[in-house]
Amino acid sequence: MTNNKPFEPVIIGFTCNWCSYRAADLAGTSRTKYAPNIRLLRLMCSGRLDPTFVFKALANGADGVMITGCHPGECHYLEQNYKALRRFQLMRRTLEGLGVDPRRVKLVWASAAEGAKFAQEVTSFVEEVRALGPLNWGAGENGRVAEYQSTPQEALA
Amino acid sequence: MEKIGVYVCHCGTNIAGVVNVEEVRDWTAKNLKDHGVVISRDYKFMCSSLGQELIEQDIKEQGLTRVVVAACSPHLHEATFRKACGRAGMNPYMCELVSIREQASWVHTDKVAATQKSKAILSGGVRRVEYHTALEPLKVSIHPDTMVVGGGIAGIQAALEIADAGFHVYLVEREPSIGGHMAQFDKTFPTLDCSACILTPKMVDVGSHPNITLLTWSEVTKVDGYVGNFTVTVKKKASYVNNDTCTGCGICWEKCPKKVVDNVYEAGMGIRKAIYRPFPQAVPKYPVMDVDTCIYFEKGTCKACEKFCPTEPNSINFEQKDEFLDIPVGNIILATGYDAFDPHRIPQYGYGRLPNVFTSLEFERLCNAAGPTGGNILLRDGKTAPKVVGIVHCVGSRDKNYNEGCSAICCMQSLKFAHLVHERTGAEVYNFYIDIRTPGKSYDEFYQRLLEEGTHFVRGKVAEISDAVRLPGEEGKLVIQVEDTLTGNQLRVPVDMAILSVGLEPRADAKEVAKLFGISCSANGWFTERHPKLDPVATMTDGIYIAGCVQGPKDIPASVAQGAATAARVLGKIQQKEIALEPVRASVLEEKCSGCRICNDLCPFNAILFHEDKMVSEINAALCQGCGTCVAACPAGAISGTGFSNEQVLAQIEGLLLLNISEDAVPA
Repeated sequence: MTNNKPFEPVIIGFTCNWCSYRAADLAGTSRTKYAPNIRLLRLMCSGRLDPTFVFKALANGADGVMITGCHPGECHYLEQNYKALRRFQLMRRTLEGLGVDPRRVKLVWASAAEGAKFAQEVTSFVEEVRALGPLNWGAGENGRVAEYQSTPQEALA
Repeated sequence: MEKIGVYVCHCGTNIAGVVNVEEVRDWTAKNLKDHGVVISRDYKFMCSSLGQELIEQDIKEQGLTRVVVAACSPHLHEATFRKACGRAGMNPYMCELVSIREQASWVHTDKVAATQKSKAILSGGVRRVEYHTALEPLKVSIHPDTMVVGGGIAGIQAALEIADAGFHVYLVEREPSIGGHMAQFDKTFPTLDCSACILTPKMVDVGSHPNITLLTWSEVTKVDGYVGNFTVTVKKKASYVNNDTCTGCGICWEKCPKKVVDNVYEAGMGIRKAIYRPFPQAVPKYPVMDVDTCIYFEKGTCKACEKFCPTEPNSINFEQKDEFLDIPVGNIILATGYDAFDPHRIPQYGYGRLPNVFTSLEFERLCNAAGPTGGNILLRDGKTAPKVVGIVHCVGSRDKNYNEGCSAICCMQSLKFAHLVHERTGAEVYNFYIDIRTPGKSYDEFYQRLLEEGTHFVRGKVAEISDAVRLPGEEGKLVIQVEDTLTGNQLRVPVDMAILSVGLEPRADAKEVAKLFGISCSANGWFTERHPKLDPVATMTDGIYIAGCVQGPKDIPASVAQGAATAARVLGKIQQKEIALEPVRASVLEEKCSGCRICNDLCPFNAILFHEDKMVSEINAALCQGCGTCVAACPAGAISGTGFSNEQVLAQIEGLLLLNISEDAVPA
């Protein structure tokens, strides 16, 4: 039965408190629809993004990670999104070294006014990750255990 | 073991219409009990007083140690639920609000997927809240002085309100005088009272107020600090006039041999000198020197102004330099206004090519008794009175090619023009409009009055204004080509004068100004308010407020109201003397710090101090803004960020990924 359904990727989205989280809020208040596959986590700034968070998400069962922040030059903390950009480049290289397709991690800038852009970026990233297929990275010992993927309720019961 | 209470909000049907709230509630109670959930409830409106009491009661009776509310965005109600927890004796920061409205019910249509996602979001919150720590807000003192940037009517109002309440204000204005656009107008709609008559008393009040330091011919170049404690660097441009000795007598600009077209105050309709005061009622009264046109600065000789200056000592000083002032203030109000749309961008309207096509600002100057024609409505030749006048609405507004929005004031402005033309020249007037929008007190009555005065109204967007003759009677006229959409007829209306009622646009440098003050612009360039309905004058940045057209097109009464509203907000802040800041700050655990200094260069606020003696870094909590970049960068894990610690984020990731989407989300 499972095989007949299209693969539904799970995406973790990191947002900054000032621009991209508010873009997500704006998408909400404007009732702009996007794919339900993303689950957002709010940080104060994209500069707070420790690469560990991304690896943790991928190891715990996420198929992709979307990192979002203010546009370059518009950071609430002046320039910290540039630091996120630098880390993002390093992260992609590290992931490649670990055998993970770097396309599973995407960086998107969205201002507080860009609710529609945020929604459209989510939807297109979901399709990109869907095309890459399931990651199943770290399934086993430290990652999300295999049972979770089939019957979450039972696994938790 | 922690005792966590979970509260799922229906938000009427806003959430419950898409998300199965009961299922989320039961799932949480069953599956997250190992993570400390002891109560899981749902309620119609969690933010109502009854909803809040529900939480308070549970904290008191069940001894909850943490609370997770699944409802709307934390930007809306985080404070509400924190306060409720605080009232029940819990540390407010032990409460977490997760958004299943903006992030689920409002953006997804698939009910199963939205419910599944809500469970995931909620479990992320439950896992996260376990690692919350009790925090106390940081108290900072508020500097009682305020800076108002922009000396138009909104800024003037704000400055006066604060100054009258007994607090000091610095009013910064780029031009040589305050007054803004309103000083250029002749009459104001719908009452037709004289703009200068109602504005200049306020300008004089500003100029003479003991609590206002007026900094005209000045610009803000740098903003440091945070709410309560900003340091603003203001560049006071050299005016080459010593204001301490100048009496504003006017001899210098009388004697100045250099005539310059005044593109600012006179909208290109009049001339001024190289040393000038923009208009007789200017505040302050002192002239400024425009170095770009001054003959002395160009050729090294002239100095007529200095020769004829009658004051002792001489008030002209060619050695004057730009001054930079560092001004400490607690709050900042931005009232930098708008730019009028430049109709050169619509070539088919012929502005700049056909002499008798005027902009609304040019027409204001024509009407103004202090303007270039002494208040006579004349064609560009300065002699002929028009017999037929066409007024084109929505120029550069409500147009996908230029600005999609309505400029709010142009309909009333156009009606005012129609009335003035009628009254002063007896000419026939045509208004070409898309829709007449007169939603203000006594505005529609004014429109009715115009209809009775016999003004012609043609509903249609003007296609072209040309001087090409096609029909008899069009010789020497401007022909306005338009489809009357009420009758479906193509019309060619010959007129002597066309007035383009141009829309309002954000200032050309709005984006840079927003960046300078650390606030955001909407996509079209107007500054973004904290909440479009409930907080229209605050910005996302604490301590920075916006008033007037900088927030969006609006008329004078609305600008004045916003100016006063910002003043009320600032006075409220000043009266508190100190305010509580979010305690989201980074701190260094000394025993873990290896002294590598990686964090030192990452902080844009210079909040990280390195102790050479102990070889450890320390973070100054007052300067730290809580971005967390250093926390993420520390290779020793020695820096922790309150509110967003590694433990909190990692636990939330685990929680968010507790549920797969593929098995349950897609309906079978």
